[in-house]
Amino acid sequence: MSKREAAISIVVNNKPDVLARIAGTFSGRGFNIESISANVTRDPAITKIIITTIGTQDTITKIEKQINRLVDVLVARDISVDEAVQREMLLIRMKPAAADRNDLYKAVITNGWKIIGQDDTYLFIEVTGEREDIDRALAVLEPLGMEDFSRTGTVVIERRGP
Amino acid sequence: MKLTGSEVLFRTLHKEDANTIFGYPGGSVMDIYDEMFRQKDIRHILVRHEQGAIHAADGYARASGKVGVCLVTSGPGATNTVTGIANAYGDSIPVVVFTGQVPTHLIGNDAFQEVDITGITRSCTKHNYLVRKIEDLARTVREAFHIARSGRPGPVLIDLPKDVMQSSIDEGAIEDEVHLNGTSALPDIEEDCVRAFKLLKEARRPLLFVGGGVILGKACDDLRTFARRLHVPVISSLMGLGAFPGTDPLSLGMVGMHGTYYANMAISHCDLLFAVGVRFDDRVTSKLEAFAPHAKIVHIDIDAVSLERTVRTDIPILSDSKRALSIFNRLMAEASFSYPPDQTREWLEQVAAWKKRVPLSYCRSQRIKPQYVVEKLFEITGGDAIVTTEVGQNQMWAAQFYKFDHPNSFITSGGLGAMGFGFPAAIGAQVACPDRTVVDIAGDGSIQMNIQELATAVTHRIPVKVVILNNLYLGMVRQWQELYYGKRYSQSHINTGPDFVKLAEAYGAVGLRTDKPEEVKKVLTKGLNTEGPVFMDIRVEPEEGVYPIVKPGAPLTEMDLGKPAVL
Repeated sequence: MSKREAAISIVVNNKPDVLARIAGTFSGRGFNIESISANVTRDPAITKIIITTIGTQDTITKIEKQINRLVDVLVARDISVDEAVQREMLLIRMKPAAADRNDLYKAVITNGWKIIGQDDTYLFIEVTGEREDIDRALAVLEPLGMEDFSRTGTVVIERRGP
Repeated sequence: MKLTGSEVLFRTLHKEDANTIFGYPGGSVMDIYDEMFRQKDIRHILVRHEQGAIHAADGYARASGKVGVCLVTSGPGATNTVTGIANAYGDSIPVVVFTGQVPTHLIGNDAFQEVDITGITRSCTKHNYLVRKIEDLARTVREAFHIARSGRPGPVLIDLPKDVMQSSIDEGAIEDEVHLNGTSALPDIEEDCVRAFKLLKEARRPLLFVGGGVILGKACDDLRTFARRLHVPVISSLMGLGAFPGTDPLSLGMVGMHGTYYANMAISHCDLLFAVGVRFDDRVTSKLEAFAPHAKIVHIDIDAVSLERTVRTDIPILSDSKRALSIFNRLMAEASFSYPPDQTREWLEQVAAWKKRVPLSYCRSQRIKPQYVVEKLFEITGGDAIVTTEVGQNQMWAAQFYKFDHPNSFITSGGLGAMGFGFPAAIGAQVACPDRTVVDIAGDGSIQMNIQELATAVTHRIPVKVVILNNLYLGMVRQWQELYYGKRYSQSHINTGPDFVKLAEAYGAVGLRTDKPEEVKKVLTKGLNTEGPVFMDIRVEPEEGVYPIVKPGAPLTEMDLGKPAVL
């Protein structure tokens, strides 16, 4: 069976050990977490966690069932790509050589990226987009003096309510 | 009025009708034990090792159908229960484990007798809790009992810091209402049942396959009605033994690695496998690609994780066994359904022929055969005993040769396979059912893993009978070495004792011994009729094997039947 990337949306009680339980459910069964993000919802007692993972349909279904079995999980659902919008954010610290500065500004403007801070030495850039956009940004910025970066992992939201 | 944490704990246990505790005191639970000293309606069974406490609580739960309770101290007390917790988890047994914990201000400081027991047991409990303040205590305890016994049952652990138990709360401020918002109602299954019933009606070679879920779901009466009305053969997993009467002509006994020839043949040739409360464990399916190759499969289970996990299923039904079986019984009654004789006749004749061709058997010899001992035990007890087992050959011979007619009577470590389970589990079962005969069928290896509980049995006058099938080997390991490892008996020979008769006597129990086949009946009868705990050291044929055996990974039809029986 072919593998695919899945985003699993997990709504949980906001308790200190709930993330450990979910992470343990992945690791205990040999499944890998590609990215993870979490935020408190409108109800401060409830947290929403988005985990992306790569696996066959069979393993993804198994993970979904296993996570749904946890007491503090209200609902876990595999959100397929077509029924949701998704984004990822990337922050980059650039230390461009003087000769590269022009090219860098040009890249930022043509791609619709944002410069969110700079000083004499460094330049900070924000990129949001789908995974491919992020990967492309990294490829463009790497030769222009990229020193380090952080990415959030995917966040998703369903196109329609349940 | 103010109540301490310890008082709140006992008050809540009382509400849960949990008045029997298997436990062992220590530093972090001194306050709980001090309060217990004042409690009148609590029965505490003091064990000799915390593993004994958790296995006894487990045996108590299996025999009584109630939630078992275990109480131990922090650190080593807690870690000593881990095997037993994993055991209860493996077999879906409802137990609540209370562990002491160091005071909250010391948690995380590597304090004396501190371990992160909620972290350690996260993957082998259904859920666990660390109670950080007394306001949460009563509600947590009630939630734990609810979680342990609902849905697919399982163990729940509650870690109790010492200062929380010492602190106090106004009686009026105690909240113990359970509101779990993560649990969802089971789906409507009527339509699935109607589709499955259609498959059932069309089948020419139908077979029922029952597991521990039928016993846990208290659906054995519904199952009997269902099976007898359909008049179809019934096979069982190890955990399902007793769900359907073993002496019923429709029963084909256990399926799987050490299943009967006829059960393994039936599952491999049926055209409809109707499975209730099973999880298709690897010891049952063996080679998955060759499992029930001609069958459509209907699978009823309470746990969505068990459905469509290993075997392909035509109709998965998410339900407890009682609800589903009562729907099927209703559908059958409404349609006045029974198979036209022509439809299943060939199949029933075929099954009968398999049963006749290779019955469960063994060769008689000058020495005592372990199977013979189990057969005699079945005869003498009239099939009415609660039988616990250790793990290995003793367990398989008990499963094969004792015909369980009643649920909650066969108590064995099925999923985890924990040696040392049977003896403390027998103690727990006897506490739950004081009027029944409770026998632990043991091996000379596994009985030594929790032999210290003899002191518990003697002290509390718990009259469990232990039949040691003593072959001086770790028998199942030896058998695999004989069959699959060129007879290299690496570290499986344990012929250095102890003298089990003297050992029983040293603890104040009774010990009996025989090595003669003609004495077996006499020794068993005497042992069972002796007051108090008894060890029966039965010296059996050392190199006897468990047959049939299916080599791990082979199809179920490729059974090694052992030596043919001399009739």
